[in-house]
Amino acid sequence: MLKAHDRDPAALPRLGLTLLAIVLLWPGIRLSEVDLGVLFDPENSKTMGQFLSGFWPPAHDPEFLQILLKATLETLAIATAGMALALLLAIPCSLLASRALSLSAAHRNGRPAWWSQALRWPVRGVLILLRSVPEVVWALLFVRAVGLGPTAGVLAIAITYSGMLGKVYAEIFESVDPRPSRALLVAGSPRLLAFTYGVLPNASAEMLSYTVYRWECAVRASVVMGFVGAGGLGQQIDLSLRMFAGGEVASMLLTFLLLVLLADQLSRVLRARLQ
Amino acid sequence: MNLTLEGVGVTHANGHVALSDIDLRVKPAERVAIIGPSGAGKTTLLRLLATSLQPTSGAISLLEQQPWQIGTRQRQRLRARIGLIHQAPPLPPRQRVVTAILAGKLGEWSAFKSLLNLLYPVDISGAKAALARLDLADKLFERCDQLSGGQLQRVGIARVLYQSPQIILADEPVSAMDPVLAGHTLSVLSSEAAARGVTLLASLHAVDLAMAHFPRVIGVRAGRIVFDLPSEQVSQAQLDALYANEQLQPEPSITVQTPTVIQIPRC
Repeated sequence: MLKAHDRDPAALPRLGLTLLAIVLLWPGIRLSEVDLGVLFDPENSKTMGQFLSGFWPPAHDPEFLQILLKATLETLAIATAGMALALLLAIPCSLLASRALSLSAAHRNGRPAWWSQALRWPVRGVLILLRSVPEVVWALLFVRAVGLGPTAGVLAIAITYSGMLGKVYAEIFESVDPRPSRALLVAGSPRLLAFTYGVLPNASAEMLSYTVYRWECAVRASVVMGFVGAGGLGQQIDLSLRMFAGGEVASMLLTFLLLVLLADQLSRVLRARLQ
Repeated sequence: MNLTLEGVGVTHANGHVALSDIDLRVKPAERVAIIGPSGAGKTTLLRLLATSLQPTSGAISLLEQQPWQIGTRQRQRLRARIGLIHQAPPLPPRQRVVTAILAGKLGEWSAFKSLLNLLYPVDISGAKAALARLDLADKLFERCDQLSGGQLQRVGIARVLYQSPQIILADEPVSAMDPVLAGHTLSVLSSEAAARGVTLLASLHAVDLAMAHFPRVIGVRAGRIVFDLPSEQVSQAQLDALYANEQLQPEPSITVQTPTVIQIPRC
Protein backbone atom coordinates (compact mmCIF):
# COMPACT_ATOMS: atom_id res chain seq x y z
CA MET A 1 0.00 0.00 0.00
CA LEU A 2 1.44 3.37 -1.06
CA LYS A 3 1.57 6.09 1.51
CA ALA A 4 0.01 9.42 0.47
CA HIS A 5 3.32 11.25 -0.01
CA ASP A 6 4.72 8.53 -2.28
CA ARG A 7 2.18 9.29 -4.94
CA ASP A 8 2.78 11.88 -7.66
CA PRO A 9 0.49 14.77 -6.72
CA ALA A 10 0.18 15.72 -10.41
CA ALA A 11 -1.22 12.31 -11.44
CA LEU A 12 -4.86 12.99 -10.62
CA PRO A 13 -5.14 16.35 -12.43
CA ARG A 14 -3.38 14.84 -15.46
CA LEU A 15 -5.81 11.92 -15.54
CA GLY A 16 -8.71 14.33 -15.22
CA LEU A 17 -7.45 16.51 -18.08
CA THR A 18 -6.94 13.49 -20.33
CA LEU A 19 -10.49 12.30 -19.68
CA LEU A 20 -11.80 15.82 -20.30
CA ALA A 21 -9.95 16.02 -23.62
CA ILE A 22 -11.43 12.70 -24.75
CA VAL A 23 -14.93 13.76 -23.71
CA LEU A 24 -14.55 17.00 -25.68
CA LEU A 25 -13.03 15.25 -28.69
CA TRP A 26 -15.81 12.69 -29.07
CA PRO A 27 -18.56 15.08 -30.30
CA GLY A 28 -16.01 16.51 -32.77
CA ILE A 29 -15.37 13.09 -34.24
CA ARG A 30 -19.10 12.38 -34.49
CA LEU A 31 -19.78 15.80 -36.05
CA SER A 32 -17.14 15.40 -38.74
CA GLU A 33 -18.47 11.92 -39.53
CA VAL A 34 -15.09 10.25 -39.18
CA ASP A 35 -15.48 6.50 -39.59
CA LEU A 36 -12.16 4.72 -39.82
CA GLY A 37 -14.04 1.50 -40.56
CA VAL A 38 -14.43 2.39 -44.25
CA LEU A 39 -10.65 2.23 -44.67
CA PHE A 40 -10.65 -1.45 -43.73
CA ASP A 41 -13.66 -2.40 -45.78
CA PRO A 42 -12.29 -5.03 -48.24
CA GLU A 43 -14.15 -3.55 -51.21
CA ASN A 44 -12.77 -0.03 -50.56
CA SER A 45 -9.21 -1.16 -49.91
CA LYS A 46 -9.25 -3.13 -53.16
CA THR A 47 -10.26 -0.04 -55.15
CA MET A 48 -7.62 2.04 -53.40
CA GLY A 49 -5.02 -0.64 -53.92
CA GLN A 50 -5.75 -0.75 -57.65
CA PHE A 51 -5.52 3.03 -57.88
CA LEU A 52 -2.24 3.15 -55.95
CA SER A 53 -0.69 0.24 -57.87
CA GLY A 54 -1.02 2.37 -60.98
CA PHE A 55 1.43 4.82 -59.38
CA TRP A 56 4.39 2.54 -60.08
CA PRO A 57 6.49 2.97 -62.14
CA PRO A 58 6.36 6.78 -62.41
CA ALA A 59 5.78 7.90 -66.00
CA HIS A 60 9.03 8.91 -67.69
CA ASP A 61 8.53 8.83 -71.45
CA PRO A 62 10.13 11.87 -73.19
CA GLU A 63 6.82 13.25 -74.37
CA PHE A 64 5.36 13.29 -70.86
CA LEU A 65 8.56 14.69 -69.37
CA GLN A 66 8.28 17.56 -71.83
CA ILE A 67 4.76 18.31 -70.60
CA LEU A 68 5.88 17.89 -66.99
CA LEU A 69 8.75 20.35 -67.45
CA LYS A 70 6.43 22.91 -68.99
CA ALA A 71 3.84 22.49 -66.21
CA THR A 72 6.54 22.72 -63.52
CA LEU A 73 7.93 25.92 -65.00
CA GLU A 74 4.41 27.29 -65.21
CA THR A 75 3.79 26.46 -61.54
CA LEU A 76 7.05 28.13 -60.51
CA ALA A 77 6.20 31.15 -62.63
CA ILE A 78 2.72 31.43 -61.07
CA ALA A 79 4.16 31.21 -57.55
CA THR A 80 6.98 33.69 -58.23
CA ALA A 81 4.87 36.23 -60.09
CA GLY A 82 2.15 35.96 -57.44
CA MET A 83 4.69 36.52 -54.67
CA ALA A 84 6.23 39.49 -56.48
CA LEU A 85 2.82 41.15 -56.82
CA ALA A 86 2.00 40.28 -53.20
CA LEU A 87 5.24 41.94 -52.01
CA LEU A 88 4.36 45.13 -53.88
CA LEU A 89 1.29 45.44 -51.69
CA ALA A 90 2.57 43.75 -48.52
CA ILE A 91 5.66 45.91 -47.90
CA PRO A 92 3.91 49.31 -47.89
CA CYS A 93 1.01 47.88 -45.88
CA SER A 94 3.34 46.33 -43.28
CA LEU A 95 5.17 49.65 -42.88
CA LEU A 96 1.86 51.44 -42.35
CA ALA A 97 0.47 48.81 -39.99
CA SER A 98 3.54 48.38 -37.78
CA ARG A 99 3.94 50.22 -34.49
CA ALA A 100 7.72 49.99 -34.90
CA LEU A 101 7.91 53.19 -36.96
CA SER A 102 5.69 55.33 -34.77
CA LEU A 103 7.17 58.80 -34.31
CA SER A 104 5.04 59.41 -31.23
CA ALA A 105 6.27 56.15 -29.64
CA ALA A 106 9.87 57.39 -29.85
CA HIS A 107 9.30 59.89 -27.02
CA ARG A 108 6.61 57.97 -25.14
CA ASN A 109 8.68 54.94 -24.03
CA GLY A 110 7.42 52.87 -26.97
CA ARG A 111 3.69 53.53 -26.51
CA PRO A 112 2.26 55.26 -29.59
CA ALA A 113 -0.36 57.97 -29.12
CA TRP A 114 -3.96 56.75 -29.40
CA TRP A 115 -4.65 58.54 -32.66
CA SER A 116 -1.58 57.05 -34.32
CA GLN A 117 -2.76 53.61 -33.16
CA ALA A 118 -6.23 54.33 -34.56
CA LEU A 119 -4.75 55.25 -37.95
CA ARG A 120 -3.09 51.83 -38.14
CA TRP A 121 -6.39 49.99 -37.78
CA PRO A 122 -7.76 50.57 -41.29
CA VAL A 123 -4.53 49.13 -42.76
CA ARG A 124 -4.79 46.14 -40.45
CA GLY A 125 -8.41 45.74 -41.57
CA VAL A 126 -7.36 45.70 -45.22
CA LEU A 127 -4.73 43.03 -44.49
CA ILE A 128 -7.30 40.91 -42.64
CA LEU A 129 -9.75 41.29 -45.51
CA LEU A 130 -7.11 40.28 -48.06
CA ARG A 131 -6.13 37.09 -46.28
CA SER A 132 -9.48 35.97 -44.90
CA VAL A 133 -10.71 34.63 -48.25
CA PRO A 134 -8.82 31.42 -49.23
CA GLU A 135 -6.79 31.63 -52.43
CA VAL A 136 -8.87 28.88 -54.09
CA VAL A 137 -11.98 31.02 -53.78
CA TRP A 138 -10.17 33.99 -55.33
CA ALA A 139 -8.94 31.64 -58.09
CA LEU A 140 -12.50 30.48 -58.84
CA LEU A 141 -13.55 34.12 -59.01
CA PHE A 142 -10.70 35.14 -61.32
CA VAL A 143 -11.14 32.11 -63.57
CA ARG A 144 -14.61 33.52 -64.26
CA ALA A 145 -13.24 37.05 -64.67
CA VAL A 146 -10.08 36.53 -66.76
CA GLY A 147 -10.68 33.04 -68.11
CA LEU A 148 -8.86 29.71 -67.61
CA GLY A 149 -5.08 29.93 -67.25
CA PRO A 150 -2.23 31.02 -65.01
CA THR A 151 -3.32 34.69 -64.70
CA ALA A 152 -6.13 33.71 -62.34
CA GLY A 153 -3.64 31.81 -60.15
CA VAL A 154 -1.18 34.72 -60.06
CA LEU A 155 -3.88 37.20 -59.01
CA ALA A 156 -5.31 34.86 -56.37
CA ILE A 157 -1.87 34.30 -54.81
CA ALA A 158 -1.05 38.00 -54.97
CA ILE A 159 -4.20 38.95 -53.05
CA THR A 160 -4.18 36.33 -50.30
CA TYR A 161 -0.43 36.36 -49.76
CA SER A 162 -0.14 40.13 -49.58
CA GLY A 163 -2.46 39.93 -46.56
CA MET A 164 -0.39 37.22 -44.87
CA LEU A 165 3.01 38.75 -45.69
CA GLY A 166 1.88 42.22 -44.63
CA LYS A 167 0.66 41.02 -41.25
CA VAL A 168 3.72 38.90 -40.50
CA TYR A 169 6.20 41.55 -41.68
CA ALA A 170 4.51 44.13 -39.46
CA GLU A 171 4.85 41.77 -36.50
CA ILE A 172 8.49 41.00 -37.29
CA PHE A 173 9.25 44.75 -37.35
CA GLU A 174 7.64 45.09 -33.92
CA SER A 175 9.49 42.12 -32.47
CA VAL A 176 13.06 43.27 -33.23
CA ASP A 177 15.05 45.57 -30.93
CA PRO A 178 13.29 48.98 -31.18
CA ARG A 179 16.20 51.02 -29.78
CA PRO A 180 18.24 51.50 -33.00
CA SER A 181 15.29 52.92 -34.95
CA ARG A 182 14.10 55.00 -32.00
CA ALA A 183 17.58 56.49 -31.60
CA LEU A 184 17.59 57.42 -35.30
CA LEU A 185 14.11 58.97 -35.11
CA VAL A 186 15.19 61.08 -32.14
CA ALA A 187 18.25 62.18 -34.12
CA GLY A 188 15.92 63.65 -36.75
CA SER A 189 15.85 60.81 -39.26
CA PRO A 190 12.71 60.34 -41.39
CA ARG A 191 10.72 57.22 -40.64
CA LEU A 192 11.48 55.26 -43.80
CA LEU A 193 15.20 55.74 -43.27
CA ALA A 194 14.97 54.85 -39.57
CA PHE A 195 13.39 51.64 -40.84
CA THR A 196 16.07 50.84 -43.40
CA TYR A 197 18.94 51.65 -41.02
CA GLY A 198 17.46 50.58 -37.68
CA VAL A 199 14.92 47.80 -38.23
CA LEU A 200 15.83 46.10 -41.50
CA PRO A 201 19.33 44.87 -40.47
CA ASN A 202 17.75 43.01 -37.54
CA ALA A 203 14.61 41.84 -39.32
CA SER A 204 15.97 40.77 -42.71
CA ALA A 205 16.90 37.16 -41.85
CA GLU A 206 13.48 36.46 -40.34
CA MET A 207 11.71 38.17 -43.24
CA LEU A 208 13.71 36.27 -45.81
CA SER A 209 13.04 32.92 -44.23
CA TYR A 210 9.32 33.63 -43.99
CA THR A 211 9.19 34.89 -47.58
CA VAL A 212 10.89 31.78 -48.95
CA TYR A 213 8.53 29.63 -46.89
CA ARG A 214 5.57 31.54 -48.29
CA TRP A 215 6.96 31.03 -51.77
CA GLU A 216 7.00 27.29 -51.06
CA CYS A 217 3.36 27.58 -49.91
CA ALA A 218 2.58 29.51 -53.08
CA VAL A 219 3.98 26.65 -55.17
CA ARG A 220 1.67 24.26 -53.33
CA ALA A 221 -1.28 26.64 -53.54
CA SER A 222 -0.80 27.11 -57.26
CA VAL A 223 -1.14 23.34 -57.63
CA VAL A 224 -4.43 23.31 -55.72
CA MET A 225 -5.65 26.19 -57.84
CA GLY A 226 -4.69 24.23 -60.94
CA PHE A 227 -7.61 21.94 -60.10
CA VAL A 228 -10.02 24.80 -60.62
CA GLY A 229 -8.42 25.69 -63.94
CA ALA A 230 -5.67 28.11 -62.99
CA GLY A 231 -2.90 26.29 -64.94
CA GLY A 232 0.37 24.66 -63.94
CA LEU A 233 1.07 21.27 -62.36
CA GLY A 234 -2.34 21.19 -60.67
CA GLN A 235 -4.22 21.22 -63.93
CA GLN A 236 -1.95 18.42 -65.16
CA ILE A 237 -2.53 16.34 -62.00
CA ASP A 238 -6.28 16.90 -62.38
CA LEU A 239 -6.13 15.63 -65.98
CA SER A 240 -4.01 12.59 -65.09
CA LEU A 241 -6.26 11.71 -62.15
CA ARG A 242 -9.31 11.82 -64.40
CA MET A 243 -7.56 9.50 -66.87
CA PHE A 244 -6.45 7.14 -64.05
CA ALA A 245 -2.84 7.61 -65.19
CA GLY A 246 -1.27 6.81 -61.82
CA GLY A 247 2.28 6.80 -63.18
CA GLU A 248 1.94 10.38 -64.30
CA VAL A 249 0.53 11.44 -60.93
CA ALA A 250 3.48 9.74 -59.23
CA SER A 251 5.97 11.61 -61.42
CA MET A 252 4.30 14.87 -60.62
CA LEU A 253 4.26 14.18 -56.89
CA LEU A 254 8.00 13.44 -57.09
CA THR A 255 8.52 16.77 -58.89
CA PHE A 256 6.69 18.37 -56.01
CA LEU A 257 9.01 16.79 -53.46
CA LEU A 258 11.95 18.19 -55.44
CA LEU A 259 10.43 21.68 -55.50
CA VAL A 260 9.89 21.72 -51.74
CA LEU A 261 13.44 20.42 -51.20
CA LEU A 262 14.68 23.20 -53.45
CA ALA A 263 12.80 25.84 -51.47
CA ASP A 264 14.19 24.45 -48.24
CA GLN A 265 17.78 24.56 -49.50
CA LEU A 266 17.28 28.06 -50.91
CA SER A 267 16.04 29.29 -47.56
CA ARG A 268 19.01 27.70 -45.79
CA VAL A 269 21.57 29.19 -48.18
CA LEU A 270 20.04 32.68 -48.02
CA ARG A 271 19.83 32.61 -44.23
CA ALA A 272 23.42 31.47 -43.96
CA ARG A 273 24.48 34.37 -46.19
CA LEU A 274 22.71 36.82 -43.88
CA GLN A 275 24.05 35.53 -40.58
CA MET B 1 20.68 80.81 -24.42
CA ASN B 2 21.20 77.58 -26.22
CA LEU B 3 19.20 75.50 -23.87
CA THR B 4 16.71 76.53 -21.19
CA LEU B 5 14.69 74.48 -18.74
CA GLU B 6 12.19 76.21 -16.46
CA GLY B 7 10.50 74.28 -13.67
CA VAL B 8 10.67 71.08 -15.68
CA GLY B 9 9.43 67.84 -14.12
CA VAL B 10 9.04 64.28 -15.39
CA THR B 11 6.67 61.79 -13.81
CA HIS B 12 6.69 58.29 -15.29
CA ALA B 13 3.47 56.47 -16.13
CA ASN B 14 3.85 54.35 -12.98
CA GLY B 15 3.79 57.47 -10.80
CA HIS B 16 7.54 57.56 -10.12
CA VAL B 17 8.81 61.14 -10.10
CA ALA B 18 12.07 61.06 -12.09
CA LEU B 19 12.77 64.80 -12.18
CA SER B 20 11.15 67.77 -10.48
CA ASP B 21 11.60 71.54 -10.61
CA ILE B 22 14.63 71.59 -12.86
CA ASP B 23 15.88 75.06 -13.80
CA LEU B 24 18.84 75.06 -16.12
CA ARG B 25 20.38 77.51 -18.57
CA VAL B 26 23.29 76.63 -20.80
CA LYS B 27 25.00 79.14 -23.09
CA PRO B 28 26.30 78.23 -26.57
CA ALA B 29 29.68 76.41 -26.54
CA GLU B 30 29.46 75.72 -22.80
CA ARG B 31 30.73 72.36 -21.55
CA VAL B 32 28.82 70.91 -18.60
CA ALA B 33 29.21 67.67 -16.66
CA ILE B 34 26.27 66.10 -14.83
CA ILE B 35 27.19 63.96 -11.85
CA GLY B 36 25.18 62.18 -9.20
CA PRO B 37 24.41 58.75 -7.75
CA SER B 38 22.80 56.12 -9.95
CA GLY B 39 19.05 56.58 -10.30
CA ALA B 40 19.33 60.31 -9.62
CA GLY B 41 17.80 61.20 -12.99
CA LYS B 42 20.91 61.97 -15.07
CA THR B 43 19.77 59.84 -18.01
CA THR B 44 16.22 61.20 -17.80
CA LEU B 45 17.58 64.76 -17.89
CA LEU B 46 19.62 64.01 -21.01
CA ARG B 47 16.72 62.21 -22.71
CA LEU B 48 14.58 65.25 -21.95
CA LEU B 49 17.13 67.52 -23.63
CA ALA B 50 17.36 65.14 -26.60
CA THR B 51 13.54 65.37 -26.99
CA SER B 52 13.39 61.63 -26.55
CA LEU B 53 11.10 62.25 -23.57
CA GLN B 54 8.31 64.78 -23.14
CA PRO B 55 8.27 66.69 -19.81
CA THR B 56 5.11 66.38 -17.73
CA SER B 57 5.48 69.95 -16.46
CA GLY B 58 7.51 73.08 -17.11
CA ALA B 59 8.88 74.76 -20.21
CA ILE B 60 11.80 73.61 -22.33
CA SER B 61 13.55 75.54 -25.05
CA LEU B 62 16.31 74.20 -27.28
CA LEU B 63 18.20 76.30 -29.84
CA GLU B 64 15.54 79.04 -29.46
CA GLN B 65 12.69 76.61 -30.23
CA GLN B 66 10.04 74.98 -28.03
CA PRO B 67 10.23 71.32 -29.17
CA TRP B 68 6.76 70.41 -27.88
CA GLN B 69 4.97 73.40 -29.33
CA ILE B 70 6.13 73.01 -32.92
CA GLY B 71 4.96 70.58 -35.60
CA THR B 72 6.36 67.09 -36.09
CA ARG B 73 8.31 68.06 -39.19
CA GLN B 74 9.94 71.05 -37.52
CA ARG B 75 10.71 68.93 -34.46
CA GLN B 76 12.50 66.37 -36.65
CA ARG B 77 14.58 69.22 -38.13
CA LEU B 78 15.38 70.46 -34.63
CA ARG B 79 16.31 66.92 -33.55
CA ALA B 80 18.83 66.68 -36.40
CA ARG B 81 20.70 69.59 -34.73
CA ILE B 82 20.97 67.74 -31.42
CA GLY B 83 23.13 64.64 -31.00
CA LEU B 84 22.70 62.11 -28.19
CA ILE B 85 25.51 59.69 -27.35
CA HIS B 86 23.98 56.63 -25.68
CA GLN B 87 25.65 54.69 -22.87
CA ALA B 88 25.07 51.47 -24.83
CA PRO B 89 24.95 52.65 -28.47
CA PRO B 90 21.84 51.12 -30.06
CA LEU B 91 23.43 49.76 -33.22
CA PRO B 92 22.08 46.73 -35.12
CA PRO B 93 24.62 43.91 -34.54
CA ARG B 94 24.93 43.09 -38.24
CA GLN B 95 25.37 46.69 -39.39
CA ARG B 96 28.85 47.73 -40.46
CA VAL B 97 30.64 50.47 -38.54
CA VAL B 98 30.82 52.69 -41.63
CA THR B 99 27.02 52.52 -42.09
CA ALA B 100 26.39 53.10 -38.40
CA ILE B 101 28.51 56.26 -38.45
CA LEU B 102 27.12 57.64 -41.71
CA ALA B 103 23.59 57.09 -40.27
CA GLY B 104 24.32 60.18 -38.14
CA LYS B 105 23.45 62.38 -41.13
CA LEU B 106 20.08 60.73 -41.93
CA GLY B 107 18.24 63.79 -40.64
CA GLU B 108 20.08 65.98 -43.10
CA TRP B 109 20.50 63.85 -46.22
CA SER B 110 17.85 63.35 -48.89
CA ALA B 111 16.07 59.99 -48.87
CA PHE B 112 17.75 59.10 -52.16
CA LYS B 113 21.25 59.75 -50.83
CA SER B 114 20.50 57.79 -47.65
CA LEU B 115 19.22 54.77 -49.60
CA LEU B 116 22.18 54.96 -51.97
CA ASN B 117 24.42 54.94 -48.91
CA LEU B 118 23.11 51.48 -48.05
CA LEU B 119 24.29 50.16 -51.43
CA TYR B 120 27.66 51.90 -51.36
CA PRO B 121 28.89 54.19 -48.54
CA VAL B 122 28.73 57.72 -49.97
CA ASP B 123 31.23 59.33 -47.59
CA ILE B 124 33.87 56.80 -46.60
CA SER B 125 36.48 59.49 -45.94
CA GLY B 126 34.12 61.41 -43.64
CA ALA B 127 33.31 58.33 -41.58
CA LYS B 128 36.99 57.42 -41.45
CA ALA B 129 37.94 60.89 -40.26
CA ALA B 130 35.33 60.77 -37.46
CA LEU B 131 36.57 57.33 -36.41
CA ALA B 132 40.24 58.28 -36.67
CA ARG B 133 39.80 60.94 -33.98
CA LEU B 134 38.90 58.11 -31.63
CA ASP B 135 41.80 55.89 -32.83
CA LEU B 136 39.45 53.32 -34.33
CA ALA B 137 39.93 53.92 -38.08
CA ASP B 138 40.98 50.28 -38.65
CA LYS B 139 37.50 49.07 -37.64
CA LEU B 140 35.70 51.03 -40.39
CA PHE B 141 34.43 47.98 -42.30
CA GLU B 142 33.94 45.64 -39.34
CA ARG B 143 30.47 44.63 -38.23
CA CYS B 144 29.20 46.14 -34.98
CA ASP B 145 28.90 42.72 -33.30
CA GLN B 146 32.67 42.26 -33.72
CA LEU B 147 33.43 45.19 -31.41
CA SER B 148 33.85 45.35 -27.63
CA GLY B 149 31.66 47.54 -25.43
CA GLY B 150 34.25 50.31 -25.25
CA GLN B 151 34.80 50.22 -29.01
CA LEU B 152 31.04 50.42 -29.58
CA GLN B 153 30.86 53.47 -27.32
CA ARG B 154 33.54 55.11 -29.43
CA VAL B 155 31.58 54.27 -32.62
CA GLY B 156 28.56 55.94 -30.98
CA ILE B 157 30.66 59.04 -30.29
CA ALA B 158 32.00 59.01 -33.86
CA ARG B 159 28.43 58.88 -35.21
CA VAL B 160 27.46 62.00 -33.27
CA LEU B 161 30.69 63.78 -34.27
CA TYR B 162 29.83 62.94 -37.90
CA GLN B 163 26.29 64.22 -37.37
CA SER B 164 27.95 67.53 -36.31
CA PRO B 165 25.04 68.83 -34.23
CA GLN B 166 24.93 72.13 -32.35
CA ILE B 167 24.30 70.42 -29.02
CA ILE B 168 26.02 67.17 -28.03
CA LEU B 169 24.45 65.24 -25.17
CA ALA B 170 26.41 62.29 -23.81
CA ASP B 171 24.99 59.72 -21.41
CA GLU B 172 27.90 58.02 -19.61
CA PRO B 173 29.91 58.06 -22.87
CA VAL B 174 33.01 56.35 -21.46
CA SER B 175 31.51 53.92 -18.91
CA ALA B 176 32.79 50.79 -20.71
CA MET B 177 36.39 52.00 -21.12
CA ASP B 178 39.43 51.64 -18.89
CA PRO B 179 40.42 54.83 -16.98
CA VAL B 180 43.23 55.84 -19.36
CA LEU B 181 41.13 55.40 -22.50
CA ALA B 182 38.15 57.04 -20.79
CA GLY B 183 40.22 60.14 -20.01
CA HIS B 184 41.64 60.24 -23.52
CA THR B 185 38.23 59.80 -25.21
CA LEU B 186 36.66 62.45 -23.03
CA SER B 187 39.41 64.94 -23.85
CA VAL B 188 38.90 64.21 -27.57
CA LEU B 189 35.15 64.79 -27.22
CA SER B 190 35.67 67.90 -25.16
CA SER B 191 38.28 69.41 -27.49
CA GLU B 192 36.12 68.62 -30.56
CA ALA B 193 33.21 70.40 -28.88
CA ALA B 194 35.42 73.39 -28.04
CA ALA B 195 36.89 73.54 -31.54
CA ARG B 196 33.45 73.52 -33.19
CA GLY B 197 31.83 75.83 -30.65
CA VAL B 198 29.32 73.12 -29.77
CA THR B 199 27.46 72.90 -26.48
CA LEU B 200 28.37 69.70 -24.63
CA LEU B 201 26.49 68.12 -21.74
CA ALA B 202 27.76 64.80 -20.41
CA SER B 203 26.65 62.67 -17.50
CA LEU B 204 29.54 60.87 -15.81
CA HIS B 205 29.85 58.51 -12.88
CA ALA B 206 33.55 59.32 -12.41
CA VAL B 207 33.78 62.60 -10.50
CA ASP B 208 37.51 63.10 -11.26
CA LEU B 209 36.82 62.96 -15.02
CA ALA B 210 34.05 65.52 -14.66
CA MET B 211 36.33 67.87 -12.72
CA ALA B 212 39.24 67.43 -15.14
CA HIS B 213 37.42 67.96 -18.44
CA PHE B 214 34.47 70.26 -17.74
CA PRO B 215 34.46 73.89 -16.59
CA ARG B 216 30.95 73.59 -15.11
CA VAL B 217 29.56 70.75 -12.99
CA ILE B 218 25.93 70.01 -12.05
CA GLY B 219 25.13 67.67 -9.17
CA VAL B 220 21.83 65.79 -9.46
CA ARG B 221 20.26 63.78 -6.66
CA ALA B 222 16.76 62.29 -6.35
CA GLY B 223 15.51 64.14 -9.42
CA ARG B 224 16.67 67.61 -8.32
CA ILE B 225 19.67 69.80 -9.05
CA VAL B 226 21.68 70.00 -5.82
CA PHE B 227 24.46 72.30 -7.03
CA ASP B 228 25.46 74.00 -10.28
CA LEU B 229 28.97 75.45 -9.99
CA PRO B 230 32.23 76.06 -11.84
CA SER B 231 34.23 72.87 -11.31
CA GLU B 232 36.96 74.50 -9.20
CA GLN B 233 34.35 75.70 -6.69
CA VAL B 234 32.86 72.26 -6.00
CA SER B 235 33.86 71.26 -2.47
CA GLN B 236 34.47 67.77 -1.10
CA ALA B 237 31.63 68.29 1.38
CA GLN B 238 29.20 68.92 -1.46
CA LEU B 239 30.38 65.76 -3.23
CA ASP B 240 30.03 63.74 -0.03
CA ALA B 241 26.49 65.03 0.42
CA LEU B 242 25.70 64.25 -3.23
CA TYR B 243 26.76 60.62 -2.95
CA ALA B 244 25.72 60.04 0.70
CA ASN B 245 23.97 56.72 1.49
CA GLU B 246 24.08 55.72 -2.15
CA GLN B 247 23.60 52.05 -1.40
CA LEU B 248 20.69 52.70 0.93
CA GLN B 249 18.44 54.11 -1.77
CA PRO B 250 17.66 51.40 -4.26
CA GLU B 251 16.94 52.62 -7.74
CA PRO B 252 13.19 52.40 -8.37
CA SER B 253 12.74 50.08 -11.30
CA ILE B 254 11.12 51.53 -14.37
CA THR B 255 9.48 48.87 -16.46
CA VAL B 256 11.22 48.60 -19.77
CA GLN B 257 9.09 47.35 -22.60
CA THR B 258 10.69 44.14 -23.80
CA PRO B 259 10.14 43.08 -27.38
CA THR B 260 7.52 40.35 -27.56
CA VAL B 261 8.40 37.04 -29.15
CA ILE B 262 5.97 36.40 -31.97
CA GLN B 263 4.56 33.12 -33.13
CA ILE B 264 4.73 33.26 -36.91
CA PRO B 265 1.76 31.45 -38.40
CA ARG B 266 2.72 28.67 -40.78
CA CYS B 267 0.50 27.44 -43.61
